Amino acid sequence: MSADFLYGIEVLINGLMAGVLYALVALGFVLIYKASGIFNYAQGVMALFGALTLTGIMSGQVPFAHLINATFGTHIHNFGWNVPALGAIALTLVVMVCFAWMVQKFVFRHLVGQEPIILFMATIGLAYFLEGMGDLMWGSDIKKLDVGLPQGGSRWVEDITAGLGGDDFYGFFIDKLDMVATLVAAILVISLVMFSQYTKQGRAMRAVADDHQAALSVGISLNYIWILVWSLAGLVALVAGIMWGAKSGVQFSLSLIALKALPVLMLGGFTSIPGAIVGGLIIGVGEKLFEYLIGAPFLGGATENWFAYVLALIFLVFRPQGLFGEKIIERV
Amino acid sequence: MFYREAGDFKTSYVADSQTFPLKLDKVGFWVTMMVAWGVIPFVITDYWASALLVPFLIYAIAAIGLNILTGYCGQVSLGTGGFMAVGAYACYKLMTSFPDVNILIHILLSGGITAAVGTAFGLPSLRIKGFYLAVATLAAQFFLVWLFNKVSWFYNYSASGQINAPERLVAGFAVTGPASPAWAQYLVCLFFVTLCALIARNLTRGSVGRSWMAIRDMDIAAEIIGVNPLRAKLSAFAVSSFFVGIAGALFFAVYLGAVEVGEAFGIQKSFLVLFMIIIGGLGSIFGSFAGAAFLVLLPVALKIVGVDWLGWPTDLVAHFQLVIVGALIMFFLIKEPHGLAHIWGLAKEKLRRWPFPY
Repeated sequence: MSADFLYGIEVLINGLMAGVLYALVALGFVLIYKASGIFNYAQGVMALFGALTLTGIMSGQVPFAHLINATFGTHIHNFGWNVPALGAIALTLVVMVCFAWMVQKFVFRHLVGQEPIILFMATIGLAYFLEGMGDLMWGSDIKKLDVGLPQGGSRWVEDITAGLGGDDFYGFFIDKLDMVATLVAAILVISLVMFSQYTKQGRAMRAVADDHQAALSVGISLNYIWILVWSLAGLVALVAGIMWGAKSGVQFSLSLIALKALPVLMLGGFTSIPGAIVGGLIIGVGEKLFEYLIGAPFLGGATENWFAYVLALIFLVFRPQGLFGEKIIERV
Repeated sequence: MFYREAGDFKTSYVADSQTFPLKLDKVGFWVTMMVAWGVIPFVITDYWASALLVPFLIYAIAAIGLNILTGYCGQVSLGTGGFMAVGAYACYKLMTSFPDVNILIHILLSGGITAAVGTAFGLPSLRIKGFYLAVATLAAQFFLVWLFNKVSWFYNYSASGQINAPERLVAGFAVTGPASPAWAQYLVCLFFVTLCALIARNLTRGSVGRSWMAIRDMDIAAEIIGVNPLRAKLSAFAVSSFFVGIAGALFFAVYLGAVEVGEAFGIQKSFLVLFMIIIGGLGSIFGSFAGAAFLVLLPVALKIVGVDWLGWPTDLVAHFQLVIVGALIMFFLIKEPHGLAHIWGLAKEKLRRWPFPY
């Protein structure tokens, strides 16, 4: 096999792994959208906020330290303790659930029955709010997130595959972190599907997604389900935040993964969990291969920023509801 | 008592359908115009121009443009920043390719070029609706910014990748370039704002505007009663992009003078203009002005309060600004979905009855 072809396969594998992470973020969108019809733009910022809170708790930072120091002229920064990773993750989850409750109580309860586009714009406002809040609480400098995930290229994959090609092929380079992330994402996706298929809460969630009024009339509390769904989205966001944060540090650009997930959703359809997964894989592989085959050699590179959108746009022209979305029926 | 419509009788249809049917409104309008054209240019300082008035006027044009598309025609666009970039780069290419032609004509032409680009990106709207479309317009945003970054023809192969506005004169006075005086910048922007607001106001109350609103309220029903959705949607995209392009050209040539595309016309700009029309009021020309004024004033006011009075560091104030803008967006969507324009309307209603409310 020629080395070029093998490098193509390496790009493909890396694309699949990136795709799984996109799917993970997209899943958070689908959960909220199905249950409440809210298209949550703030999902990416929730990932950032989750990761920021996690690093803050782990290093024992004082929340709002910057603000307190500026107002009272004090010099406090740390509590002086470190919380182990698992404990910090649990605490962060508590914070995310509180956040879910507050979002429901103060914002979206008052917007029930509004048009989807109004709800969408409200989540853009929420994204700004949360971004500013995260910066105020934990500071806006780039933080390292180390929860003990393995880093760096995987030697044994390289060694095993080195023999496949000729002399100028050194084996596949695959990041260990990517492999772990793929595994975690796969586990999370499977457990979420199991949750929504086989538990009481999951069934209630699907009932709400089907029809709000019918769900209400059989005694399901919409409020409870919505808080549950926002908490689940918070969990998904936290996992995505940990994976991306471990990879490139916790910083503002983390919130931009939401922008990566939007074309995934358009492609897969806003209402479909399998759609989010398949869409994520298509986008992940598509943008890496396009960059490798056409973008870098002919177009000057950095095509990853827009390729996903253009691909999704072309798909949408032929299937306006995405690949797996429910058929759009319009009535007058 | 002070604001009343009693005794203001109309005897013809023309008189009844004018822009400002009340005499008081008409007087208010002309007083504003006289202050804007006759007083401010003589008293304006550099600080006022660069911190408040020029950005306010430019954003007002962009907000009117987006309001036509989103507020009147119901097509949410997140590509405003990208279209502003088209206006800026078109203006730059025209300025450097045809240095002898008047800059005002260049700015109008760059609006026209942006209109063509906007129409092309509006084509999917015929098939994609709601926020599928909103997300699709992001494709325009990212693609256009990437294009202006990568294709060096657009920035005349300059090493820095920036574009710099050369000095151009109107009637003997520099309006672009570093040497241009504040009042000249202000007057150029004011000229285009007046022009755009007049065009927008008259389009939105004519048959074109009514067909946009019909599409916004329910596109299938509009189609059944004979509104051509192709023409309505594409004309909204074209007119909207025309205004946004003019705003982009002014933003680059008159206001900033030197532009790096990712920084000046990134997605943050799209959101900023969208926030302006939400806070100001969807589907209102006055709202576009109010929203632009509000979001231009807010950072300045916060800076004065936070940095100068409370002595906070600037980054802290910047974080607070994000929190406040986000909270305001949610607050307005919950409490006042029609924005500042509606509050103004309510205030007028109150004034009408004051001091004897019933």
